[in-house]
Amino acid sequence: MTVTLFVPRDSTSLALGAEAVARALMVEAERRGQSIQVVRNGSRGMFWLEPLVEVATPEGRLAFGPVSAADVPGLFDAGFLNGGEHRLGLGPTEEIPYLKSQERLTFARVGRTDPLSLDDYLANDGYRGLRRALNLSGASIVGEVAESGLRGRGGAAFPTGIKWQTVLETRADRKYVVCNADEGDSGTFSDRMVMEGDPFLLIEGMTIAGLAVGAAEGLIYVRSEYPHAARALSQAIAVAEGSGYLGHDILGSGKSFRLAVRKAAGAYICGEETALLESLEGKRGIVRAKPPLPAIHGLFGRPTIVNNVISLASVPVILDRGAGFYRDYGIGRSRGSLAFQLAGNIRRGGLVEKAFGLTLRELLYDFGGGAASGRPIRAVQVGGPLGAYLSEAEFDTPLDYEAFAAIGGMLGHGGIVVFDDTVDMAHQARFAMEFCAIESCGKCTPCRIGSIRGVEVIDRIVAGSDRPAQVPLLRELCDVMQSGSLCAMGGLTPGPVLSALDRFPEDFGPKSALFPAGRGV
Amino acid sequence: MSTTPNPPSDDGISAAIAAHRDEPGALLPILHDIQDRMGYVPAEAVPLIAAALNLSRAEVHGVITFYHHFRQHPGGRHTVHLCRAEACQARGAEALIAHAKAELGCDFHGTTADGTISLEPVFCLGHCASGPSMMIDEEPHAGVTSARFDALTRALRTDPRRHE
Repeated sequence: MTVTLFVPRDSTSLALGAEAVARALMVEAERRGQSIQVVRNGSRGMFWLEPLVEVATPEGRLAFGPVSAADVPGLFDAGFLNGGEHRLGLGPTEEIPYLKSQERLTFARVGRTDPLSLDDYLANDGYRGLRRALNLSGASIVGEVAESGLRGRGGAAFPTGIKWQTVLETRADRKYVVCNADEGDSGTFSDRMVMEGDPFLLIEGMTIAGLAVGAAEGLIYVRSEYPHAARALSQAIAVAEGSGYLGHDILGSGKSFRLAVRKAAGAYICGEETALLESLEGKRGIVRAKPPLPAIHGLFGRPTIVNNVISLASVPVILDRGAGFYRDYGIGRSRGSLAFQLAGNIRRGGLVEKAFGLTLRELLYDFGGGAASGRPIRAVQVGGPLGAYLSEAEFDTPLDYEAFAAIGGMLGHGGIVVFDDTVDMAHQARFAMEFCAIESCGKCTPCRIGSIRGVEVIDRIVAGSDRPAQVPLLRELCDVMQSGSLCAMGGLTPGPVLSALDRFPEDFGPKSALFPAGRGV
Repeated sequence: MSTTPNPPSDDGISAAIAAHRDEPGALLPILHDIQDRMGYVPAEAVPLIAAALNLSRAEVHGVITFYHHFRQHPGGRHTVHLCRAEACQARGAEALIAHAKAELGCDFHGTTADGTISLEPVFCLGHCASGPSMMIDEEPHAGVTSARFDALTRALRTDPRRHE
């Protein structure tokens, strides 16, 4: 009897050796005369267990991991295809606590299906959202998304429904749906996991967006550092076109939507929506002043939806299950779920999709199991390179947009980078300025020049040279960057810098020198 | 996939221009196509692209130099991108970077003396739970130790095909 095995094609799994494992499984099965079928699925998002091999059994899928090619003969010896015990055995995949305690709305299929199989997608609730949307007016679709409470998952958390409403109401000969897949923030990989692990989901979300606002063309701007994601999307688009789910006259509805992948070229700033539009137009990725909003004057001057991958990928479940279903998850004004990403120095790193409202501590310790090094967690950066560094005192903050804003942080896209107690926070503050200097588009002087001056001032503080004057100077510089930059690059870089200085002043030198009498914190 | 530097050939440039010039916002697709074919964007391409897209040469040059991805000169046979972003830093990327520079005998944006490997920094490859990460051409590697780095790069440098 042919046994079905699953070995992820997710690029992190590949980076950890999944390709060699898949080959070893086939070679070993052949050698033993055992008939197997290896499905290359997406990742379940438990990266400390990758490469994770699953065996389909009548009682459900059984997991083994992390498996190396060298483990494969031993797995066969142990009879792993027939429920045999092995030291890498993890039991039923869905019962692994990390996975079982999640609320996977957007990531419901990722890791379970073959990403490029349309049949698999359809058999697992795929394209139900689109089928419903095809019978609704644009205004009703927009109303449903607004009602769900969905906010931009790329980081800015702007209400998606309001953005769509603006595009819907703006008259034009042509409109666009642009997906921002320039996932450049360190500590984030949820966009990548969707593109590689469930590309039809993003395609479906963008198609619904097109129907909602009357746009017949969509572009996915994928970073050049993600070649696997770009390939998976291109292949899935071809399949969807060939099956009537994309292109002219979608499913006989008379409505059309065309989709293409466009490759970015390694500029972090192009994750900013107006720089992204410039780049798609074939120009340098220079930030545009707003207004006009891209929703009114976007790509090639036309009304344009610019949404992040996860925002668009959350739309199908909202249309399928209804706005109320999605809205019932979450707290306060943060509705639905967020795909948190546990990264950096963390024992159990990976993707945790949960309703808003759990605390950072639960994520770091209950899911993450503390630092990978076994040392205490000292600092956590939430929301990407422009997010604040948080200390232990803030770990009980609920994961909610407003609660994070209230402590001077930013929940952003839910990327969480963990550092243990060996981290030098002055070094991290310097890196934030250096990163801004390298990646600034150059339009605003406070960002372009201020970041270079910032590196120099931090160097002087750390060297102990004229600290009493340099610390106020750094704060003043940060103030100029915050209020004198058009976009978040210059405007938010002071976040990690000042949070490191305020929360970890001991790393910048003796406290008395940092905060001279009378200044306080 | 290796990025073999071929001598500048007008054929590659013209073919790339012809393939994309009618797309809206054609400049980046053309530049990608040229670099995929030739390993870099030669200076000879600039006036040809400018003429085809009705742009000034300065505009084309400005775009090539704005994006980190585009090379103006041939690189090594292979490109190693080492991640230096925060999540990899938290897992020891800085020590790996120092080791890599010493092992390869070149700095970031440099190429080994034997012309095999160009070393480039990258800010995030999306393997943030499993760092330090790197990419050899388009092949991802995570959890990279110094020993693993040496094994992978030495295999490239002793690959007999590099003299093809």
